[in-house]
Amino acid sequence: MERYTLSVLVENRAGVLSRVVGLFSRRGFNIESLSVGPTQDERISRITIEVIGDELLLEQISKQLSKLIDVIKIKTLRSSEIVKRGLVLVKVKVTPKTRSEVMEITNVFRANIVDISTSTLVIELTGGNGKLNAFLEMIEPYGIEEIAKTGMTALERGTNTLKLDK
Amino acid sequence: MKMTGAQMVVSTLEKNGVKVVFGYPGAANCPIIDKLSFSSIKHILTRNEQGAAHMASGYARVTKTAGVCTATSGPGATNLITGIATAYMDSVPMVVLTGQVGLPLVGKDAFQEVDITGATLPFTKHNYLVKDGLDIPRIVNEAFHIANTGRPGPVLIDFPMDILKQEFEYPDAEEELNIKGYKLLGKASEPQIKKVAEAIKAAQRPMILAGGGVVISDAVSEFRAFDDITNIPVMSTMMGVGVMNSTDRNYYGMLGSHGSRAANALINKADLLVVMGSRLGDRTTAHASRALEYKCRLIHIDIDPAEIGKNIQPYIPVVGDIKDVISQLKPLLQDYKVSEEWDKEAQEIKERFAQKIVTEDTGTVNPKYFLKRLCAKVGSNAYIATEVGQNQIWTTNYYDFTSPRNFLTSGGFGTMGYGLPAAIGASTAQKKLPVFSIMGDGSFQMNLPEMGTMCQWDIPVKMVVFKNNRLGMVHEHQFMLYNSNYQAVYLDGSPDFNKLADAYGIKNSYIKENSQIDGAIDEMMKDNESYLLVLEVDPYETTGDSLNEKPMTVKEDN
Repeated sequence: MERYTLSVLVENRAGVLSRVVGLFSRRGFNIESLSVGPTQDERISRITIEVIGDELLLEQISKQLSKLIDVIKIKTLRSSEIVKRGLVLVKVKVTPKTRSEVMEITNVFRANIVDISTSTLVIELTGGNGKLNAFLEMIEPYGIEEIAKTGMTALERGTNTLKLDK
Repeated sequence: MKMTGAQMVVSTLEKNGVKVVFGYPGAANCPIIDKLSFSSIKHILTRNEQGAAHMASGYARVTKTAGVCTATSGPGATNLITGIATAYMDSVPMVVLTGQVGLPLVGKDAFQEVDITGATLPFTKHNYLVKDGLDIPRIVNEAFHIANTGRPGPVLIDFPMDILKQEFEYPDAEEELNIKGYKLLGKASEPQIKKVAEAIKAAQRPMILAGGGVVISDAVSEFRAFDDITNIPVMSTMMGVGVMNSTDRNYYGMLGSHGSRAANALINKADLLVVMGSRLGDRTTAHASRALEYKCRLIHIDIDPAEIGKNIQPYIPVVGDIKDVISQLKPLLQDYKVSEEWDKEAQEIKERFAQKIVTEDTGTVNPKYFLKRLCAKVGSNAYIATEVGQNQIWTTNYYDFTSPRNFLTSGGFGTMGYGLPAAIGASTAQKKLPVFSIMGDGSFQMNLPEMGTMCQWDIPVKMVVFKNNRLGMVHEHQFMLYNSNYQAVYLDGSPDFNKLADAYGIKNSYIKENSQIDGAIDEMMKDNESYLLVLEVDPYETTGDSLNEKPMTVKEDN
């Protein structure tokens, strides 16, 4: 079992996301993470989906997705050839004593403090799965109040792109 | 030009060559019904929306182009669903027009509102909710294009009522079709086809499984020509019945849980199986999945890439239209013939499993014998629709189809209630050949009110009902798997079907002996009008030709 990243260009129309997500659930595929947003061409959105499985499963997912009329293009991205990032916002409990410790960890991870109160910090961090998890692990002992985490989004390194055929 | 949305819908239907719409009115699709009355298109009122969907589906199988049905919002739309899913599973082209509550009311749980695009997402090829009246011509044209091309299927368009009634200023020139996410396949890959040819040559015991894809790609004559040269034993799926002439020496019957013994035995001996245009569904591979996974090399040819590797991993995958693939493959195998030993072995197996049919009088009609006699009398000069259950399996295995388009059945979805309306659809599509609806007394009662449609619109259908006063297929299932605990299968309370036909003004008769069959068929065929023939059938008659066959025991009843 491996983690794969699919980059999917779709029509930017109402209901398209539910077609994609609905296909996953009714075919019994699992989504590890998902993110979606418009591209530079506002008629097109990009959905980035992480799945865990084997090559055969990946092939079946990709073929089934291709059958959706609103799906324009699909590419399976290899982790060595992409930059992949997610964002996490985490609210941590702090006391005057622990605040500086937490801030130190935040610095080490090059995370940002985006909100501060007498008893909490809200920290923002972007990175791959490994980095985000490592950070949360470090913060956990101080008491995590809340986590909001996005799905991963990704682009290929170098000159490769996923674009519409002219 | 200025037009209402509904006018534009109807005008675009006309441009797409639509002659008939099957449907049922309600407030939300009334604007369409209204404008249809001013057009060249005939609207056929059914008795239930499900009937409309099956009729469009039967119509499509005969005309090879999308059938059209319409229903109102809410319950009208949900009644269509069974018909849509039936068409989807058997890759039948269909365009479904539903009315929807006015756009400002969508999402407010308005009267007769249902999210029909959401509901039909899993079993339409595509669907649309129209949000701008100016999109109507583009969407309707796209719907026909998507439904009819590639692997065909149903497409649904949901029209909010206010958009149908509102006037729009439409541009004179139509937009050209350009669907970014829907491109048709090119030619199948040449290197892959070379590999297929090599694999066939190298095999000792090759077989071909012909599926519905051969029919849809109109490759039946090419397929037969190919098999004439290579002599490879052929079996079919249910949707592929008739691809080979059923009495052809190289045809071994249907594969699968209700298929012929010969086909099921042979597949377990084959070392190579060439699958053409089949999903390899679980019923088809019921007695063969182990052989296909471990013993026999599989070549899977299909127009839908997602079917390849979905159920069984192939040794050689080929994505392509069957007609194109055969035309490329045939020249490569011009000098090839299957080995005489394999041919002989296959023929011996076929002979060994040949079944003897009871023809003498026993107090009930033998359905298998009836179908043989019906076939002898009308042959391929008729369309035969079946319901689902024993009637379907008997027809599949005992009516000797010589062309696949003459056989209408719900293969993948197994929909009881399909046959009668589908037969009405087939009879609407053409007047030349009689259409038979072969049914059991269970499935007949599923969409029985459609006899009214038949009468109102003068659509002749020859109805044949195998009457055994029970749901025979489930009865058989309970015999095999539930220790003969026959539950919920008795149809006590059924009406006298002949009296019912009388009430509709449909000629009818009832027989219970094999010797009455020929006379009854002649009588039924005499006039070009609807007819109901009720046959008393032995309740313990099995479908029987599969590997599981044992005679059903009598453990009467209660």
